[in-house]
Amino acid sequence: MDFQSVVFYFFSTVLVLASLCVITARNPVHAALFLVLAFFSASGIWMLLRAEFLAIALVMVYVGAVMVLFLFVVMMLDINIERIRQGFWSYLPVGALIGILMVVEMSIVLGGKYFGLDAMPAPGDVEEGYSNTKELGRLLYTEYVYPFELASIVLLVAMIAAVALTLRKRKNVKVIDPAAQVAVKRDDRVRIVSMPAEKD
Amino acid sequence: MESFIEPVAAFFGPSWPLVWSLVKIIGIIAPLFLCVAYLTLAERKVIGYMQVRIGPNRVGPRGLLQPIADGVKLLLKEVIVPSGANKGLFILGPVLALGPALAAWAVVPFSDGWVIGNVDAGLLFLLAITSIEVYGVIIAAWASNSKYAFLGGMRAAAQMVSYEIAMGFALVCVLMISSSLNLTSIVESQGKGQWAEWGFGFLSWNWLPLFPMFIVYLISGIAETNRAPFDVVEGESEIVAGHMVEYSGMAFALFFLGEYANMILISALTSILFLGGWLSPVGFLPDSFVWLALKTSFILFLFLWFRATFPRFRYDHIMRLGWKVFIPLTLFWVVVVAVWVMSPLSIWK
Repeated sequence: MDFQSVVFYFFSTVLVLASLCVITARNPVHAALFLVLAFFSASGIWMLLRAEFLAIALVMVYVGAVMVLFLFVVMMLDINIERIRQGFWSYLPVGALIGILMVVEMSIVLGGKYFGLDAMPAPGDVEEGYSNTKELGRLLYTEYVYPFELASIVLLVAMIAAVALTLRKRKNVKVIDPAAQVAVKRDDRVRIVSMPAEKD
Repeated sequence: MESFIEPVAAFFGPSWPLVWSLVKIIGIIAPLFLCVAYLTLAERKVIGYMQVRIGPNRVGPRGLLQPIADGVKLLLKEVIVPSGANKGLFILGPVLALGPALAAWAVVPFSDGWVIGNVDAGLLFLLAITSIEVYGVIIAAWASNSKYAFLGGMRAAAQMVSYEIAMGFALVCVLMISSSLNLTSIVESQGKGQWAEWGFGFLSWNWLPLFPMFIVYLISGIAETNRAPFDVVEGESEIVAGHMVEYSGMAFALFFLGEYANMILISALTSILFLGGWLSPVGFLPDSFVWLALKTSFILFLFLWFRATFPRFRYDHIMRLGWKVFIPLTLFWVVVVAVWVMSPLSIWK
């Protein structure tokens, strides 16, 4: 077993264990942190495939932004584990059915003739001056430019929809305008009153 | 040098690349910690002189041993774990606060070829590593089981995530004009152009064509490292010390080290990305590591100067500056630079 295989199996073991912990951890904050670990391991595996742009983007987007906001929300929630577990047995048949279906579907995809070590061999050595990021950018903006732009429009619509759904206009909100506050002059706030001195 | 390394390499055999990497890592981390220690002294001295005080002058000649004394004091103190704290995460918090600040140095070039990992996607790596710095703060805040710490952590997370976006866009401008993500080639691309040929190298650096981005990056860097005037994260007059309130001894010192290591990192990056790294400002002086050290020290001095000059921002002002000023400005400037690079007026051909 060469060095790369050792690294691959190490990352894969950590990834599988961390993913298991995400769904078994009793504390939701721990579950979120295990998800972060899972993302890291997945990024390590991508790095082994010489997909450095995707690997770093995974860490940047999911670990650096998405999971921070996730943790932010999960930490502020007051989650009662006992109450969530109440309906466990009644939901089990449906959940198990969906789970088995997903396993079957994934094994069909992964076991098929289009997937596997013969169809997708490990990346070989690259020539000098090859940049993964540059190649990816070139492909995205030439060959796949329409799907790429379409995906960006879908994301934009989703973003606007999320903002529009959660935006509520409240009356009587005591909003302040920092620009006006910064631009304030002494004369707007202070009035000098001249008064004659009091004498007894 | 070669004749000295070869017998040592032969001694270690196949494990030599690992040993050599470790040696290089220690060669960067050890001076970095020394810089961190003396940065704390410099901060106290600089702010002292700005406020017409002397600053620390009791330990050693002119107070030069003060950081050593501080370090020994923190090492000897007891680390108290609060009774309601989540023990594992309580320890993990400071580790995660310091770790990314050190890991980022792996791709920072000190001079031509002086870098641990000369990776192609160096800038991306930096963005990713600096984006996980926030975990140390929020994990520490949550694990402390304290309201002050938790509020501080929430503020920190919101502030760091917001300013990261503006920093990211500023970096996009840099990589567009140097058409590379590799930090060494970003520095090298700043030494080309008409001004550099005439001997005025400092006018060909990125700070001039990207001046708004340079300012945005510098200010966002101060916000990202939670330094004054953006230090509401600690806000000792409002929330005691934010996420660090339950920490003592060495656990606290790790946060402290992380903050100062981050300051040095941001200063070095500003020098590399906008001020030409190790390039010499004028034609008749040679390029060398000394220039990078001087530029970094200058940016670090700015950090201290700002702390002594500006009062702390109010929290809503910080958010407004980040989201309503910097992000629209950087978004607009990304488009301007993109058009500029592709137009006939481009100066980076």
